[in-house]
Amino acid sequence: MMLMTRTRAFGVAVALGLALAACGRKDADIKADAEKALSGMQGVTVDVANGAAVISGQFADSAAKSTGEAAVKGVKGVKSVVDNATVTPPPAPVVISPDDSLKTNVTAALKDFPTLTADVKDGVVTLTGEVQRNALPKVMQALSALHPKKIVNKATVKK
Amino acid sequence: MPTLEEKYADLITAAKAGGASNLAVRTQDNVLYIDGVVPTGEAKDKLWSIYDKIDPDYRSGDLVLNLNVSPAAPSTRLKVTTESSNLNIRKGPGTDQPIVGKAAHNSEVTLLSKYNDEWALVRSAKGEEGYCSLKYLTPL
Repeated sequence: MMLMTRTRAFGVAVALGLALAACGRKDADIKADAEKALSGMQGVTVDVANGAAVISGQFADSAAKSTGEAAVKGVKGVKSVVDNATVTPPPAPVVISPDDSLKTNVTAALKDFPTLTADVKDGVVTLTGEVQRNALPKVMQALSALHPKKIVNKATVKK
Repeated sequence: MPTLEEKYADLITAAKAGGASNLAVRTQDNVLYIDGVVPTGEAKDKLWSIYDKIDPDYRSGDLVLNLNVSPAAPSTRLKVTTESSNLNIRKGPGTDQPIVGKAAHNSEVTLLSKYNDEWALVRSAKGEEGYCSLKYLTPL
């Protein structure tokens, strides 16, 4: 009778132990799943300690941040999520030169290309006239540096 | 409909692979703006020829490409080490390019930027700017 009770007690203990092990996932496994959930998002990493996930790095934008946080929260075994990642700052707006200075600068830039004329209106530089093909890149480079809104090449390009 | 960034994807990839820094790629009102700094004049020319391949003669007018060549450290000086003659200063990086000046034998020039391993943009003691062969220039 006593032997059976001890064996039963032992059996229950083993069973309980197995059950507990199944409930608490290993951090390494949770981390692997969390990383899978964030796969495709460059620049972010996740660490897991005792089921607490910490996201670090930089998300591409705020939408990615929301998606990333939700994905990690949904991973089995994750008890909490702390998101320390930042969001990539938006690019600086494009600066377009005002027409007055643009006109002056375009005239100066085209001094070396007397066969070309340019019309400047609302930031749009329209090129007319003639230009040699091997000189065209230099013309475009000089005009691009002046921060126009757009360059419309209507010039005839000669070989 | 492909975006402008997709249309010029090869150019953007080449810029990154060629060591462009401070690369800003933004679209505004149907025009793509690419700004950046490249290490040599040759790298800049390569990117412009990719642009020309994608948009021959730049007719579409949908890209404003602004690449600056990183300047050499200020006051990088080189000595003209030709055997005895003066060194030609040319309009472009090539012996087929017209001569715009001469740097005297043994004189110093200031390095403005490298075009590639063979040519550099310099300013002579007389103030003439143009391209010289690096074969005859020795760092001081």
